[in-house]
Amino acid sequence: MNTVRLPFLALVLSFFVTGVCQAQGYQVGDVAADFDLPSVDGKTVSLSDYPESKGFILVFTCNTCPYAKAYESRIMGLDKKYASLGYPVIAINPNNPELQPGDSFEKMKERAEDRGYTFPYLLDLGQEVFPKYGATRTPHVFILQRSEGDLRVRYIGTIDDNYQDAAAVRTRYVEQAVDALLKGDEVPLETTRAIGCSIKA
Amino acid sequence: MRLPLLIGSFLFCLSTALAQRSGNPYSWMEGNPLATIKAGDLEIPVVDFEGLKPLLGQKDDTVRVVNFWATWCAPCIAELPFFEEAARRYSQDGVVVILVSLDFKSMWDQRLPSFIRKKGIESPVVILDDPDQNSWIPEVDPDWSGAIPATLIYRGTQSQFYETAFDRESLKTAIETFIH
Repeated sequence: MNTVRLPFLALVLSFFVTGVCQAQGYQVGDVAADFDLPSVDGKTVSLSDYPESKGFILVFTCNTCPYAKAYESRIMGLDKKYASLGYPVIAINPNNPELQPGDSFEKMKERAEDRGYTFPYLLDLGQEVFPKYGATRTPHVFILQRSEGDLRVRYIGTIDDNYQDAAAVRTRYVEQAVDALLKGDEVPLETTRAIGCSIKA
Repeated sequence: MRLPLLIGSFLFCLSTALAQRSGNPYSWMEGNPLATIKAGDLEIPVVDFEGLKPLLGQKDDTVRVVNFWATWCAPCIAELPFFEEAARRYSQDGVVVILVSLDFKSMWDQRLPSFIRKKGIESPVVILDDPDQNSWIPEVDPDWSGAIPATLIYRGTQSQFYETAFDRESLKTAIETFIH
């Protein structure tokens, strides 16, 4: 009896445990929605504020996650390298500050100022943006490309293949993707995974 | 005449059961760990994904609950007591809990062992150290985005992966699906 039922039970269970909680989010090729979120400089920021950009390097990240910290200077490096080429970094903290006080708007301001972020650092106020995109962790990168008036998702994943040691990186996934887009080529690797902190919602 | 036989077989069963319970919790390892973190009486092996792989595909009848966590991961820490509880509650049902730590190198010598001691964690802990995560995450489960906590429960060829935190009840339900 049990052996017949087990797969079914597992299926039902998996639906309840994972299916309900996980928004599907964007796949590569989907059109990305704009947003209007508060930034640490006191303004609100939308993607439509950058009509001249060729696209965006959108990074869901935060103050507190050790992986986000490990990648912080590399995220800053991406903005320095690609903002002038038409792909600025937009950082979004998806965590609920009530659940993660270290990621409060005040603390975000402090960190951005302290580190000298050259890009907007937004709070996903109301937490509606990260589920729409399908971000599950910090850091989680979405590269968007402007294409016939839309912003299309061209890459979803992690920054490179070694969080521990920037010097030991072999493949810089994000750079490889943006470089390809700038040349008009296909992105060689469109999705990657990495361990990260689950988003506190 | 029969009594000694009965006692003998009883003792044999008991000793096998005890050996399984108190036996080497790292017997799934096929080679030597990359390193072993020693802190007092604690010994925590460090493996890369090749070293961890056998843990994810044991063919025996044990229900293995493999939890991916880290001391810096708040939702992981919140669910740890439920895993410890489950390990005790279901030990007679052939359920084994293994905690795979994704703590950073800088946390191995102090933070991780003192956390294990402070919380009185009894389940075996193994450190997974393999920075090329994009290559191994899909091997644990094709749907895992990489967020932790994450848990793989399997018995032989039957398996279920959860990229989510558990509470006491949902973990109980998940494990009981595998006990028959």
